[in-house]
Amino acid sequence: MPKILTAPRMARCIGCDSCMLACARMIYRSISPHKSAIQIRSRGGVMGRLVADICTACAEPVPCVEVCPTEALTTRVGSRGMVYRKAECISCHKCVEACPVQVIGWDQEEDKPIVCLFCGQCARFCPHDCLEMVEVE
Amino acid sequence: MLHDELVRILHIDLTAGETRVEERTDLFQDYMGGTGVAMRLLDELVHDDRDPLDPVQPVIMAIGPLTTIFPVVTKAVATFRSPLTGEYGESHAGGQFAAALRYAGYDVLVLTGAAERLVYLMIDGESIEIRPADALVGMDVVETGRVIRDRIEGAGHRSIVRIGPAGEVRPGRAGIRYANVNVDTFRHFGRLGLGAVLGSKNLKAMAVIGRQHLDLPKDSRLYKKTYAEVYDRVLHTDAMKKYHELGTPANVFPLNELGALPTYNLRQGFFGEADQISGEAFAENELITKRACAGCQIGCIHVALYRRPFAPGWEYESTLVAYDHELVYAVGSLLGVGDRPDVLRLIEDIDKAGMDTISCGTALAWATEAMERGIIQPTQFDGIDLRWGDAERYAQGIAAIVRGEAEVARWLGQGEVQAARHYGGLEFVAAVGGQGISGYWTGYAHVLGHLLGARHSHLDNGGYAIDQKLEPYTDEAIIDGIIADEAERIVQTSTAICLFARGVYDLETISQALGSVGIQRSRGQLQAMGERIYWERVRLRERLGFQAQLSDVPRRFFETPTPRGQLDPQRVAHMLKIYQARRAAAPAQ
Repeated sequence: MPKILTAPRMARCIGCDSCMLACARMIYRSISPHKSAIQIRSRGGVMGRLVADICTACAEPVPCVEVCPTEALTTRVGSRGMVYRKAECISCHKCVEACPVQVIGWDQEEDKPIVCLFCGQCARFCPHDCLEMVEVE
Repeated sequence: MLHDELVRILHIDLTAGETRVEERTDLFQDYMGGTGVAMRLLDELVHDDRDPLDPVQPVIMAIGPLTTIFPVVTKAVATFRSPLTGEYGESHAGGQFAAALRYAGYDVLVLTGAAERLVYLMIDGESIEIRPADALVGMDVVETGRVIRDRIEGAGHRSIVRIGPAGEVRPGRAGIRYANVNVDTFRHFGRLGLGAVLGSKNLKAMAVIGRQHLDLPKDSRLYKKTYAEVYDRVLHTDAMKKYHELGTPANVFPLNELGALPTYNLRQGFFGEADQISGEAFAENELITKRACAGCQIGCIHVALYRRPFAPGWEYESTLVAYDHELVYAVGSLLGVGDRPDVLRLIEDIDKAGMDTISCGTALAWATEAMERGIIQPTQFDGIDLRWGDAERYAQGIAAIVRGEAEVARWLGQGEVQAARHYGGLEFVAAVGGQGISGYWTGYAHVLGHLLGARHSHLDNGGYAIDQKLEPYTDEAIIDGIIADEAERIVQTSTAICLFARGVYDLETISQALGSVGIQRSRGQLQAMGERIYWERVRLRERLGFQAQLSDVPRRFFETPTPRGQLDPQRVAHMLKIYQARRAAAPAQ
């Protein structure tokens, strides 16, 4: 069964950046945490709470898929969310604008979007179990 | 420094308002980064004939080759001439600062000169601005952080480093000699007065924003594999359990059981109310969350809810206060304060003003005893009559020190050693080598560790641990243990690893981690580097005035029993002779 990324226990987050570093390192070939499809940020400064900006894996019709002029983003068969094929991407930025939760980042060096692949590397490197890969219909 | 052996230095001259980037190829081989590079650059740039607060004096801040790209490699190392001791100053801070510097593209910051008016720096990658900070004069560290944070736009890794009112220069006087530098609210360049040095440069704060994309190392498979192995050891072995669970205050209760918790200005090694201020008691009652530095999965920062009523009718106000063993000792047992909200109140007051909590605690402890003995009077201290355990009076005392109007307040702002030199009472300062001691009273190795350690700190070497473990407990073994421990820690801090991870990062692991990012150093080469930097740092300290002498150890230290018995001055003198012999046999530069 396909899985999506969720962040059900962010109250436990310690702000270590480990998930971002994992996504950057394992997927986006970078050691910079901004090159990550998950972004942790503090709301209201460091005294505030920590929140995770993650792909919410929209159900059909998936907004980023709908606006994609090529086959770079397609609906995931049997699941929510999308599949990304970099080779098909023409760097038009339409997905970034269409994302209802504004979590598609941009890789300036590659000139391509930074999207969640639902691979679970960020959850693997979360020390406090804040993140969880969940099976969906 | 990342994937290569080039050290990229950002020089900022605050007098001229100029900045330049220098790339050095001659530093990495022998000094790597962190402690090694910061020490070496201080050696090159410090003026040993000028006051520590003279604008010409440099401040150096360095990260290391593994910063942020390996778990728990989170520290920036600052070096400077200490306004508290006049000697070598080195202080380390976590938070987001090291990571922000890395992604801004710098390995080292060098600050020299002084701005004409109070300013703050905005370092956004290649763009560096010096901005006026007139509106921030006298502002505490929390509010200063908020004001600057609200002015930072866009994405990227950020850090805001700032001083409080304690560090600022005011008409007629310099900053408090143990003013610290706050890093991202919960961490600090804590000891030896770096806050007063930044104050002397009229530098209120620095915001560092890092947005660079940095490539994976060439052999990315090896790097990912090595990272995962270290990660699993950090998270899934007992190596860092203590820091993760109760945090450093786990020490309070067991130290007290041993008779090794400095209490009432070190008149005794046990505190009757230690169970009230133990790590367990804070965790059960006040702990609300833990936080981490950028790139550390441990999260040792223990944050307490400090809640208090302010009016009848169930009116409460609350703030968040980070606590650690040293702070609980310095404003708890050392002052006889056994109430947790009181401890949090004092930590918060000292922290917001931008002072080192340990040094402020040892100054207040000395002042309390000096008042008891009639050496100083409340009338010289804004009418404040300090009493053991009375947090209200201590809070007033802290405010008086920050104001710096009363005569005693001004002396206490110079540290208890200077105050005692002026009024008398040097025999009962809880300080070695000009700096208040950390929260242990374990025996000879602790005292010698403070006296001989580069920072006069428990962080230089595990003297307190040597006291608890070493058998046979001979003079030679104690001195050799202290030297070897410090040389090994130099390798860790020259890679900028947090010392709380020293159980994970033995020299073999450091060698493997460096290898995975393309830097080939054997275990033996690392060890030799640590030893070389150790003796080089000793020579720099000596140039700045350090002498290892028995007269730096107050009489109080030979009166209050330790778990190793009452200390004997002749035995300390013998250990110093052994140290001098090791010093004489050390390789010349």
